[in-house]
Amino acid sequence: MNSNNQHIRKHIITALVENQPGVLARIVGLISGRGYNIESLNVGPTQDSTVSRLTMLVPGDDRVLEQVTKQLDKLVDVIKVTDLTRETFLNRECILVRVAATRKTRSEIIELADVFGCQVIAVRANSMVLQLVGEQDIVTDFLELMKPFRILDVSRSGVIAMASE
Amino acid sequence: MRTGAKCVVDAIRDAGVKTVFGLPGGTVLDIFAELYHAPFEFFLVRHEQGATHMADGYARATGKPGCCIVTSGPGATNAVTGLATANMDGIPMVCISGQVPSSMIGNDAFQEADTVGITRAVTKHNYLVRRTDDIPAIIAEAFQIAKSGRPGPVLVDIPKDVQRGKTEATFSGTVNRRGMKPIYEGQPRQIAKLAKAMNSARKPVILAGGGVIAGGASAELTALARKAKIPVTTTLMGIGGFPDTDPLALRMPGMHGSVAANSAISECDLIISVGARFDDRVTGKISEFAPHAIKAHIDIDPSAISKSVVVDLPVIGHVKPVLRELIKLIEPADRREWLARCRKWCTESPFAYDAKETQLLPQFVIEKISEVTRGDAIIVTDVGQHQMWAAHFYQYTKPRTFISSGGLGTMGFGLPAAIGAQAACRNRNVVTIAGDGSIQMNFQELVVAVEHDLPITVVILNNGYLGMVRQWQEMFYRKEYSAVRLAQNDRARNEKIAERPPAYLPDFVKLAEAHGAVGMRVTRKNEVTSALRKSFAIRRPVVVECIVKPDENVYPMVPPGASLTEMLQSIA
Repeated sequence: MNSNNQHIRKHIITALVENQPGVLARIVGLISGRGYNIESLNVGPTQDSTVSRLTMLVPGDDRVLEQVTKQLDKLVDVIKVTDLTRETFLNRECILVRVAATRKTRSEIIELADVFGCQVIAVRANSMVLQLVGEQDIVTDFLELMKPFRILDVSRSGVIAMASE
Repeated sequence: MRTGAKCVVDAIRDAGVKTVFGLPGGTVLDIFAELYHAPFEFFLVRHEQGATHMADGYARATGKPGCCIVTSGPGATNAVTGLATANMDGIPMVCISGQVPSSMIGNDAFQEADTVGITRAVTKHNYLVRRTDDIPAIIAEAFQIAKSGRPGPVLVDIPKDVQRGKTEATFSGTVNRRGMKPIYEGQPRQIAKLAKAMNSARKPVILAGGGVIAGGASAELTALARKAKIPVTTTLMGIGGFPDTDPLALRMPGMHGSVAANSAISECDLIISVGARFDDRVTGKISEFAPHAIKAHIDIDPSAISKSVVVDLPVIGHVKPVLRELIKLIEPADRREWLARCRKWCTESPFAYDAKETQLLPQFVIEKISEVTRGDAIIVTDVGQHQMWAAHFYQYTKPRTFISSGGLGTMGFGLPAAIGAQAACRNRNVVTIAGDGSIQMNFQELVVAVEHDLPITVVILNNGYLGMVRQWQEMFYRKEYSAVRLAQNDRARNEKIAERPPAYLPDFVKLAEAHGAVGMRVTRKNEVTSALRKSFAIRRPVVVECIVKPDENVYPMVPPGASLTEMLQSIA
C-alpha cells in the first residue's frame, strides 16, 4: 500500500450483524486473518433480538479502513457496516479502575473523581474502585490522572457508539 | 416426514446438480445411504482433495455450482485445499461435511475437527447445522450464496444426529438474506463517466479477468472492444474471455505476460479492468503499474475496488449489464496509431521458443495440442511452468476452455479438475496439462476417470524438476538447486537416494496402466502429433508422458517486485 498521504487515526466501526452463533468468530477471524488491528471490540443485542450491534475501534489510514468495512460488508452475516468516524457520532466507554489509596491520598483521589463525575463503588484499606462512564477521550484522560496514585487494575468496556442522528 | 439425510440429497437434486463427488465415512453414512437411491451420478474419489477439485472443475466448465460430500475430521481437513482454491478464484461450490453427533462436539471425539472454524477463512460462507428442520433451507441458501455476487465455495457441516433426525420441513421459494445484497446493475452515472473516459482516451487498454468468465460476458467484452477499438489483455483467470486470435488480443499480462500486454499497460492512458482484481502477479510493482493511466475497474465485489491499485473510476456491478450499457455509450474512435503500436509489439515479440532446438521442448508440445484440438478442447492445467506455457502456446477462443488454479496456485488441481470438467462435458476433448511434480499430488484420481469412462488426456511435461522453483533458484538463488530435482541424477549432496535408480521414477506409463488407463511416452518431436491424435482417438483416459528439456525457462519474466517494464527475455 502507498505510504504517503496517510492519516493514521482511530476509526469507530459499527456493524449490525445476525445474532447467531459463530458470527463474532467470523468477524474476528476476518480482522486478524487480513492483518488488521482492533483496539477494542464490544458486542451486544439490539432492540431486534435477531440482530446484534458490534462496535470496534480500529486504528488505520483511510484505505485500510475502507478495506475493513468492505470486507466486513462482504460477510453474509453482516447486515450493515458504518464507519462512524465519517459522520457525527456519540461515543461512551465504561471503566472500572482500582487504584492504590492510603489515608493520605484517598481524599485527593475522590476530589479528582468528582471532577469527572466518577463514582466510588468500593473502598478498602489500601485501595479503592472507581467507575466512570464517559467519552473515550475523557476516560483516557482520567486514567492518565490516576497513574501517579498507582493503578492496580483496570477493566474497560471498549467504546460503544451511535450516530448523532 | 423425511430424515435430515434425505433432505440433504433432495436439496442437492433440487439445486439441479447432475454429478456429486465425494468419499464416505462414519459421520456421513446416513447421507450415503440416501445417495444409494439418488437420481444423480456419484463419483467416488480416492482422496477428498480430489472431490473438491472435481466439483471445482465441474463448476468452471459449466458455470453451475459443483457439489461434494466428505466425512468429518480428516475428510473435512482434506477438503480445505480445494475450498481455498475455489475461494481464491471465486468458483461456486457447495461442500457438505459430516460432523460428530451434536452431543459429542467439543469432546475431542473420534474424527472430530472444528470444521466450521477451520474452513471459515477459506469459504465464502459456512454453516454448522443444529436442527434437522433447518436442513432444506440451509442447503438451498448455500447454493444461492455460492452463485450470487462474486461466487465462492460454501460448506455445510451436519452432525450425524441432525442427519438422522426427522422433519416435516421443506423449502420452496427464494432465498432472501438481508446480509446478501450483490449489486448487479452498475450506477448509470459511473458508467457514463467511464464511457466518457473511454471515448476521450488515446491509448486505452482493457484488462479482462475471471469476472468476464464468471459473468458470461465474453460476447459483450468482444463487442465492446471491437466497437471502441481497444486492445484487450486477458489475465490467467480471464483467458478465453476474449479470443486470442483477434487482432486486438494482447494475450496475458503480468509476471509471465506478453511483451505486448505489459508494454501496453505501461504506456496506456486508460486501463479498464473488467472483472480483474489487480492481482500482484498481474501488476508487478504497484507504484509503477500503468503509471500514466487513469484506472477504471468494473467488479461485482466492492472489496476488490482499490484493494491494491487505487482506482479512479469504479463501477460496482455485474460485468454483463455494465458492458451492455457501455457499448451503447461508446463512440468509434480513431486509434490507428495506438493499435499499430500494439500490433507491432505482438508481431515483433510474440511468446516464443527456440524452434531449432532438437530436444523436445514443452512449448512445442503445447503448440501441437493446440493444433491437434484446433483450439477447441477444454485445457485444464496444474500449477507451475507448464501452466504458463499452456497459457502462452495454446490459442484460446472461447470462455471456459482454460481451467487453472490462479489465485491459490494449487499443484495437484489439474487431474481432478479435468475429471470434473469432463463429467460435465462428456462430448468435449478435455486435456490436462501437468508437470511431473504437480501430477504426483493427485495421481490417484486417475482411477475415477477410468471407472466413469471419461476420455481425458493427461499430458505430463516431464522435465525431472519442480520446474518453476528451479527457474527461480537459477535466476535469484545462485543456481543452488535445493529440493527441486525429481529425477535421480544431479541432486544436491544431501538429497541423494537410490544406488541404482530405475530409468523412470515413477514410471508414468506403468503408473497409468496400473490405474487402468493407457500410457504413452514421447521423447522426440516427431512423435508428439501422432501420440496426441491417438490419445483422442482412443476415447479412454490416456496419459501421454513427454520427456522434455530439463532446464527450459518461462519467458518473458518480470522479477518479483519489479515493474512490468523490466521483462527478462533470457538469463542475463
